[in-house]
Amino acid sequence: MSVALSPGAQTPAVPDTVTPAPRSVLTPADSVLEAQTTALASELRCPVCQGLSIQDSPSELALDMRDVIREQLRSGKSPDDVRQYFLDKYGEWILLEPKPEGFNLLVYLLPVAALLAGAAVVWRTVRRFTAPVAAEPAVLPPNPDA
Amino acid sequence: MNWRRALYGVTAAVPVIVLLGYGLTRDPRAIVSPLPGKAAPDFALGVFAPGVGRTAMTVGDTARLSAHRGDVVVLNFWASWCLECRHEHEALSSVARAYADRGVRFYGLLYNDTPSAGLAWIEDMGGQSYPSLLDPRTRTAIDYGLYGVPETFFITRDGRVAYKHIGAITERLLVQKLDSLLADPPGGS
Amino acid sequence: MTRLLGFNALVVALGAALYGSLALFVGARRQRAELIRSGRIAVYAVFGLATVSTLAMIYALVAHDFSVDYVARVGSRATPLFYTVISLWGALEGSILFWLWVLTMLGALVVYQNRERPGHLVDYTGGVMLLVTIFFLILLVGPANPFGLVSPVPPDGPGPNPLLQNHWLMGVHPPLLYLGYVGMTVPFAFAIGAVLSGEISEDGWIRLTRRWTLLAWMFLTAAIVAGMWWSYEVLGWGGYWAWDPVENASFLPWLTATAFLHSVMVQERRGLLKLWNLNLIVATFTLTILGTFLTRSGVLASVHAFTTGTIGWYFLAFIGVVLLAAFAVVAGNSDKLRPTGALDAAVSRESVFLLNNLFLTAFTITVLVGTLFPLVAEAVRGVKVSVGEPFFNRMTLPICAALLFLMGVGPALPWRRASREVLRRQLLPPAVAAGVALVASLLLGVRAPYALAAFAFGAFALTANVREFVDGAMARRRVHGESPAQAVARLVGANRRRYGGYIAHIGVLSLTLGVAASSTFRTEREATLRPGETMQVGDFAVRLDEVYLRNEPQRDVLAASVTVLRGGREIDRLEPRMNFYPTSDQPVPTPDVRSRLTGDLYLNLQAFARDGSTATIRAIEEPLVPWIWIGGFIVCLGALVSAAPNRRRVAVPVEARERAVAAAQPPARELEGVAS
Repeated sequence: MSVALSPGAQTPAVPDTVTPAPRSVLTPADSVLEAQTTALASELRCPVCQGLSIQDSPSELALDMRDVIREQLRSGKSPDDVRQYFLDKYGEWILLEPKPEGFNLLVYLLPVAALLAGAAVVWRTVRRFTAPVAAEPAVLPPNPDA
Repeated sequence: MNWRRALYGVTAAVPVIVLLGYGLTRDPRAIVSPLPGKAAPDFALGVFAPGVGRTAMTVGDTARLSAHRGDVVVLNFWASWCLECRHEHEALSSVARAYADRGVRFYGLLYNDTPSAGLAWIEDMGGQSYPSLLDPRTRTAIDYGLYGVPETFFITRDGRVAYKHIGAITERLLVQKLDSLLADPPGGS
Repeated sequence: MTRLLGFNALVVALGAALYGSLALFVGARRQRAELIRSGRIAVYAVFGLATVSTLAMIYALVAHDFSVDYVARVGSRATPLFYTVISLWGALEGSILFWLWVLTMLGALVVYQNRERPGHLVDYTGGVMLLVTIFFLILLVGPANPFGLVSPVPPDGPGPNPLLQNHWLMGVHPPLLYLGYVGMTVPFAFAIGAVLSGEISEDGWIRLTRRWTLLAWMFLTAAIVAGMWWSYEVLGWGGYWAWDPVENASFLPWLTATAFLHSVMVQERRGLLKLWNLNLIVATFTLTILGTFLTRSGVLASVHAFTTGTIGWYFLAFIGVVLLAAFAVVAGNSDKLRPTGALDAAVSRESVFLLNNLFLTAFTITVLVGTLFPLVAEAVRGVKVSVGEPFFNRMTLPICAALLFLMGVGPALPWRRASREVLRRQLLPPAVAAGVALVASLLLGVRAPYALAAFAFGAFALTANVREFVDGAMARRRVHGESPAQAVARLVGANRRRYGGYIAHIGVLSLTLGVAASSTFRTEREATLRPGETMQVGDFAVRLDEVYLRNEPQRDVLAASVTVLRGGREIDRLEPRMNFYPTSDQPVPTPDVRSRLTGDLYLNLQAFARDGSTATIRAIEEPLVPWIWIGGFIVCLGALVSAAPNRRRVAVPVEARERAVAAAQPPARELEGVAS
């Protein structure tokens, strides 16, 4: 076994004698907290995996970050406070969805504008090709699908 | 021929190509940290590797950032499983030794690893001149907005983050940053 | 030796490709049969040389010839044979070599298939294929040369990227993707060829193109689904789609190609949308190159991205040339692509196709804007932002809902016009099915609006598409007295294109069902267990038995052996693992999945204690996941059915048939089908 492959490399950075507490033991009162944690973790991008949220990522860091969210919520911080904490540490990059304000609005508005413009084109096309030229059906064969 | 249409097309395509060209000059992994300029998050962490010489500490002692006001502090996050950390170890150890008398403190922070693996690694690499600390459940790493290891933070005498380096750091960069930080009078900017 | 053979084959191929394209263009323009013949031979020769070069690389990999640069970087003696062979596409240079091979193969196929066709369409098309080939050959003899010399020869190499040697699907996904991506070069080459040969205003070329597009689309679909499956099996998070830039890159040409496959029918039947279809072909090809650029230039960080070099600039220049050429072509010929038909009524299948194209185009733009926006934000604001899953879900789910709805309306509406009576008769049963599905989902506790929309519109579309088979088969039974199975088989056989389309729809619906159900009804637990301890997830209990380490030649495997129980009975044993490769400091998660048609139990080993005393396991119960993979398979089946020529056709030379069909108006095919 080489040094780099030591299985210990993947345990959380705690002394060997401490076993992490089981994270699955939930009381009903915790379920609101869990839902909030899950929702927040789904908004934040995992720093070590590119593209996955902290909620989805199987990495150790994401696991620890979920714990941070949970602890901060439990200590009475609001979800906005927790989000701001991560923003302060990691910058806007950490948000999986850009804040819809200022320049970022572009990414939300451009697709909508494209859809509306396209709808206008379709509308014009249908009107243009249905109205006047209806006198030509002789060229077209009978409809085989009917 | 409908060159107007072609013109529309070209005007739409050119910005995209320019954008992609711009993208080629950027590194998607080099994410600007919001921390520089702000107060460095304080920590109180246990020492697991003592270091040697002037800045040596006792295993089990608690190291606090707030105790080093007036010193320039260098924090290096590392792990025994990290391949790139091997490349910077020599530079860090020797620069730390060289600047120990000049009001510069180095700390290693073990990221996502066990102290025994960390100690074995230090021995394997021929020792580490400054103390290394344990960061249980990576709380301090998250406080510092860590993306991975290795990452190195430079902290001013008045406790603000001055600079963050991603990836293996070189001796030249260390010396350059430290000299410029030491040239700043304490408290001023 | 192998090195020189492989490299020199590429150099000769570059010469042959340069000569061939010139010979084909000049020969076709000046009507010089000799030149054309030599040009076509060059097309075949380039394919032969690319084959030699690719085989040389495979040989070098298998023989562990570490004097070859590429082998020294991706090979290792410990890697199993299968992964050694597929490491051909495991890194940048090899993947471009493989790309070249697929491209030259398709070029040779196109020329061979149409060698008897009168006119010069095929020559210009072959010439364009060679021009694209030249680009890849330049990469291969220049910045992406895989045959560089390593001296001194290292005794061993590091082995392939761990993510690429951890699962057999890596042997499946990339070749499918390349067949899909590279396949989209063919319609593009046909389009440019049609312009150059003056056949752009005829419909013959588009009919040739349609079948190629359909096959390329089938491979692209298969590749995307295989990629989803790979993510699911390897990345350890229990999901299959993360809107990663590289996933988006493969999805973008799929969207435009899907739009084309629908709108081309409007062109064939009604003589409309000719210019639009040309645009879609060009866009699809450009998007495949853009996708390659994104994967290989490192512009956007991604799990799947290769590491970089100067190659990004080459791709960028190529994209620029392609776009300029394409715009010149489109602009120069828009007058020849005037509509030659009309619509009878606003409410008709034609209109549904228009709407389908509207939404697919909006989908494309949304994904493109979202994928590139981080670059825009960095350029304008100097700040790195992320555009990920929440954004894409918010923006594209409404479009998906609209497309699902249209997928039911389209098949239900007749061509030309739909009277009120027809509308009611056709849309009532699907609407009833949608209502039933909606109520059932509400009773099952579904409250998320998009999940409700997916189930309701899914039922709507499924009913509409299945009804086409039922109605058609019943009509046949009445007329011909066939058995139900026979009737369906003959129905499909008689009009493969149309029913292949419906089969593909059903596949997409199966996929939708799998995605909607697995994300809506997902139950997830994570716990740190000691051996002997159990955790509950959904109906299952998961007991950790043992954590142990196993050494394999190319890696170390840390495994948790787990027993799955239901109702107190042991029903299965699973072994989620972490694989440690010497070249990487991060372990590769290797989840283990118990897969049944009703759903999956997905276990991933998240963490473990050094002494084997605990393991942290994430257990996810996800219903109906296999229907995603099954759906992908059905879509491909539909595409195959649709691409196959209709039966009962007298053997007529291809070109005569194309001419005849072109002259007799497109629906002739459908007519034959029903009459048989």
